[in-house]
Amino acid sequence: MNSLILRTATSLLLAVLLLFSIFLLLRGHDLPGGGFIGGLVGAAAIALYALAFDAPRAERLLRASPRIVFGVGLCAAVAAGLAGGLASLDFLTGLWWIFDLGPFEVKLSTVLLFDVGVYLVVVGTILTMLFALEER
Amino acid sequence: MSWLVVAPVALPLAAAAIAFAASGRVALQRAVSTVASGALLVLSVLLLVEVSRSGVQVMQGGGWQAPFGVSLVADHLSAIMVAVGAAMAFAVAIYALRDIDPHRESLGYHPLFQVLLAGINGAFLTGDLFNLYVWFEVLLIASFVLLTLGNRRDQLEGGLKYVATNLVSSMLLLAAIGLTYGATGTLNMADLAGALREVPPELATALAMLFLIAFGIKAAVFPLFFWLPASYHTPPVSVSAIFAAMLTKVGVYALIRAFTLLFAHDVAYTHQVLLWIAGFTMVTGVLGAAAQNEFRKILSFHIVSQIGYMIMGLALATPLALAGAIYFVIHNIVAKGNLFLVSGLAQRVGGSFELAKLGGLYRHTPLLGVLFLIPAFSLGGFPPLSGFWAKLLVVLAGIEAQSYWIVAIALAVGLLTIYSMTKIWQAAFWSPLPEGRTLGPRPPWAMVAPVVGLAVLTLVLGIWIAPFFALMEAAATELLDPTVYVGAVLGDAAAAALEAVR
Repeated sequence: MNSLILRTATSLLLAVLLLFSIFLLLRGHDLPGGGFIGGLVGAAAIALYALAFDAPRAERLLRASPRIVFGVGLCAAVAAGLAGGLASLDFLTGLWWIFDLGPFEVKLSTVLLFDVGVYLVVVGTILTMLFALEER
Repeated sequence: MSWLVVAPVALPLAAAAIAFAASGRVALQRAVSTVASGALLVLSVLLLVEVSRSGVQVMQGGGWQAPFGVSLVADHLSAIMVAVGAAMAFAVAIYALRDIDPHRESLGYHPLFQVLLAGINGAFLTGDLFNLYVWFEVLLIASFVLLTLGNRRDQLEGGLKYVATNLVSSMLLLAAIGLTYGATGTLNMADLAGALREVPPELATALAMLFLIAFGIKAAVFPLFFWLPASYHTPPVSVSAIFAAMLTKVGVYALIRAFTLLFAHDVAYTHQVLLWIAGFTMVTGVLGAAAQNEFRKILSFHIVSQIGYMIMGLALATPLALAGAIYFVIHNIVAKGNLFLVSGLAQRVGGSFELAKLGGLYRHTPLLGVLFLIPAFSLGGFPPLSGFWAKLLVVLAGIEAQSYWIVAIALAVGLLTIYSMTKIWQAAFWSPLPEGRTLGPRPPWAMVAPVVGLAVLTLVLGIWIAPFFALMEAAATELLDPTVYVGAVLGDAAAAALEAVR
């Protein structure tokens, strides 16, 4: 699609949408959000870019083939499941590391790693399909 | 070591993840797939040893206790299915290295194969009804793609029928699960074993019939089997071999689990229905096979007919019959999968799957003839091969239960099976090569070796039957006494409560 308005708007919207998708991902533990919905928004952002410009440029923006994004995501999710075993707990048991940085409290966990994995799997899957359709 | 329970699911899943991340690097994917399949075999055998030594193994996912969390449970039946499935998967993984063409490999054959294995093992090991549905979906999605990978016209045609029927079955399964949850408020299978006894029996029977249809489509029983012969002869041989060996058996496993652990409230009705289905399945399958003249189509119809024997064992529901049914499943996974692999070797040498175009294979490669005869005779039920014992056990159980008509059907179907096997032998191996056709070079060793391995397994299963039969008996005893399973998952109090209402 060759539209100056869409291209100009996309350059502005892309960053906002990607930030919003990460916001959704991080918000997801206790509130509505999470890896799946965040991944959908992230994929939509890149899909918009692919519509405004073209698929090869969107793939360069992603810096890797969407199949690899998908694979890395799945690796992260499986690793999060297996991590429980290192602490001799059951499969998929969440491990938490809480850092107290004065005014902030940073909580890292294997649950977050799992959600990041889901995020990448969703982005990878949707973009694989989208780019395959764009090529036709 | 409860981690052994999760290994058969987590290992293929991890292998699939690594292989997906390595997409574009086929050599790495091949290595990952082969190593993971080998490791899966080792771990599955360890799991089986552990189960037979110290009883049912349980892992509560995420540490959430049952019935609220999702349990993974390995009793004898699950562990046996996982171990034999892993042996088959390892053989197919090696065979596929030479069988799958580079185009299909670049499209992601190897990671998809691992996803399929994760789905199969997940279905065998899960202790939660909804999770069973999820694992069915995992293996179905992987199988949809594997079936149509390569986009050939006949593949798409077969794939469409396969996808359509299996989606209907998944929908029915989901509906049945929803209704079960509505009636009992739980989906943990151990918990359901007790909870289903408290719902009105007619409601439980209605649910049982819904599950029967849903699992029956997946197990390809009469009259819901037509998708199987329509699709299994279209993909590459490695794919149809693992499908033929494992996918319908996951359905059979689900039926066995459902009709021993969950729905044993009205055996006189539900298991009578099963017995009728078993008879019809045996007969239609074998008659369908008799009318076919294509190597893999004959074998596909025989899958259906053999499923009938397994359902017959389940329907009779005595310790001997169940042990026979499980032994039949094991025998059939090995022998049927192997026959599909042999059909691929025959096609390599003879250039076709059509019996009319094949011939002279025995003279050309005697070893190939022997490798066909072992699983084929086993399927036909010649002593001392595994198929003989499998049929003997279910037939004996039928006589014990005085269901003579089903025994008669089983024996007659056995004869017709031999007819089909001799038809293939006669046309492809024994008769001279048809005019104008030539035979290619002998198949490579990398493809023959897995076939030899499986043939040896068939021989061992038959000749050295005692230790295997002991395992099957232990599995059958466990199935007929659900308190063992329930006790392992929910604790002794729940088992005692179930014992009281039984």
